[in-house]
Amino acid sequence: MSTNWTIDTVKEALATKKISARELTIEFCKRIDQKNPELNAYLALSPERARRQADKIDALIAAGKPLPALAGVPVAIKDVISTRGTTTTCGSKILQNYVPPFDATAVERLEAAGAVILGKTNCDEFAMGSSNENSAYGPVRNPVAMDRVPGGSSGGSAAVVAAGLAVASLGTDTGGSIRQPGSFCGIPAMMGSYGRVSRYGLIAFASSLDRIGPFAKNVKDVGAVLGVIAGRDPHDSTSTTVPVPDYPAEISKPVKGMRVGIPKDYFAEGMDKGVRKKVEAGIELFRKLGCELVDIRMPHTDYAIAAYYIIATAEASSNLARYDGVRYGLRVKNDSLLSMYRKTRGAGFGPEVKRRIVLGTYVLSSGYYDAYYLKGQKVRSLIAKDFQVAFTKVDAILTPTSPVPPFKLGERSSDPLQMYLADIYTVTGSLAGVPGISLPCGKTDGNLPVGLQIFGPAFGETQILTLAHAFEREFGAGT
Amino acid sequence: MKISREDVLRVAELAYLDLSEAELETYRAQIDEILEYIGKLNELDTTHVEPMAQVLSTDQAADATLREDLVIPCGVAEDILKQSPDPEPPFFRVPKVIER
Repeated sequence: MSTNWTIDTVKEALATKKISARELTIEFCKRIDQKNPELNAYLALSPERARRQADKIDALIAAGKPLPALAGVPVAIKDVISTRGTTTTCGSKILQNYVPPFDATAVERLEAAGAVILGKTNCDEFAMGSSNENSAYGPVRNPVAMDRVPGGSSGGSAAVVAAGLAVASLGTDTGGSIRQPGSFCGIPAMMGSYGRVSRYGLIAFASSLDRIGPFAKNVKDVGAVLGVIAGRDPHDSTSTTVPVPDYPAEISKPVKGMRVGIPKDYFAEGMDKGVRKKVEAGIELFRKLGCELVDIRMPHTDYAIAAYYIIATAEASSNLARYDGVRYGLRVKNDSLLSMYRKTRGAGFGPEVKRRIVLGTYVLSSGYYDAYYLKGQKVRSLIAKDFQVAFTKVDAILTPTSPVPPFKLGERSSDPLQMYLADIYTVTGSLAGVPGISLPCGKTDGNLPVGLQIFGPAFGETQILTLAHAFEREFGAGT
Repeated sequence: MKISREDVLRVAELAYLDLSEAELETYRAQIDEILEYIGKLNELDTTHVEPMAQVLSTDQAADATLREDLVIPCGVAEDILKQSPDPEPPFFRVPKVIER
């Protein structure tokens, strides 16, 4: 049986009765049983929920009723996104046995569109990391290169799609956590504009930055999943009423004459040679497609990491205050309430989370607030301005996704600052709130995937999907 | 040195976070290095720059006006209490905080 299922091939196979939704679900469960022990990409499975949903789809087919957009499509959900009745650990010991009493809006919408939810994917603890090595449940292996990391923090969500253990998946992106693992695992991965997808049920890391978005095998499927989960949700006051286009229908529009910006500031030193070669070749392909390449400057790029790690850790220190051993998760017993808090948090959080809580609390603390937190917010304005200015000249911006190809497990985990610096090309768009997609653009000489990133203006998802789709067709899907 | 051992202790106390001796020193050194790096922001003159707390512009923000205040039953109290390490429905039980 094909390992390359897409939304279209699932649709076709169900419509022609080559396979039932139930059979397809069982097939994916079998594959997961076979391959997951090695990959460690799924943390929990929801086979009953999946079978129930598959049976519903089969009943629709039997009755000859019209099928919803994602009918029977097996999907996976990052473990920081709430799923009713299935454990949601955030990759943390502090939520080891936590079972949410409700579904995140994105999950609810996927299921309402017919998707079959297979289970929950491994990730860095509370989505803090760029390699998936910060999970309390062990690292995920990169299915494209088994001795390498899949990227992070949505490493599991990228790995299951790349390995054919789900047709699509949801991840979350705060500073690159969708795009970078997409790049590392050689598949398209996208974060929509801030406000495009409801965050209701997403367990918060940094609320002004967190976004839910899709991984899939091709750009059309990425657009299809984004279209299903996007749109206003009364449960999230930052989800906007900006209309949601029919992305899959729009993406075949011509790209000839579109103006594409190449920011010199993203091509400075520090980029791996193999990555540079593939990204530059990718950019040339856009010229071939009839796009006009425009040199632009984004002068504050070099300050993005510093601003990001102030803002993200400050927000995290506040959001993670809720883990106190009272309402859910781990409790380390103690006779005093305050000691119970301290010991529970000390035992429940892993090193990266503790480091970020300390840093975030520090930059917000009396005497340091202006020097760090306020400064970070001001520099965020400058970075957002860089994007606004650029988008008066161009329709989209092309950059590498990551300065390095997937690295070996354990190779970088001992030096947090070095790990943070590798987020340089993704955090800018996170701070500015603009949409971004990472696309596979070839492999290094060492056969490691390279990702090309396209940024668009806020709510310009259609134009970056259109460019991505044209690139993918020209480049050759799935190669 | 940007951050001292005392600073880390003070911040850990603010965050109700127990740290071992080894953790204290490791995080202090790592955070010191990160703060040193963050210091590069001082190269930028931001005197006349507005801080940005969120990215949505007014016309994109969905809730320009407050919604009506409605009571909507959600019926999850039981499920929620089940998640507590020490529930005593309808309460969460915690160690005593007021001495007699």
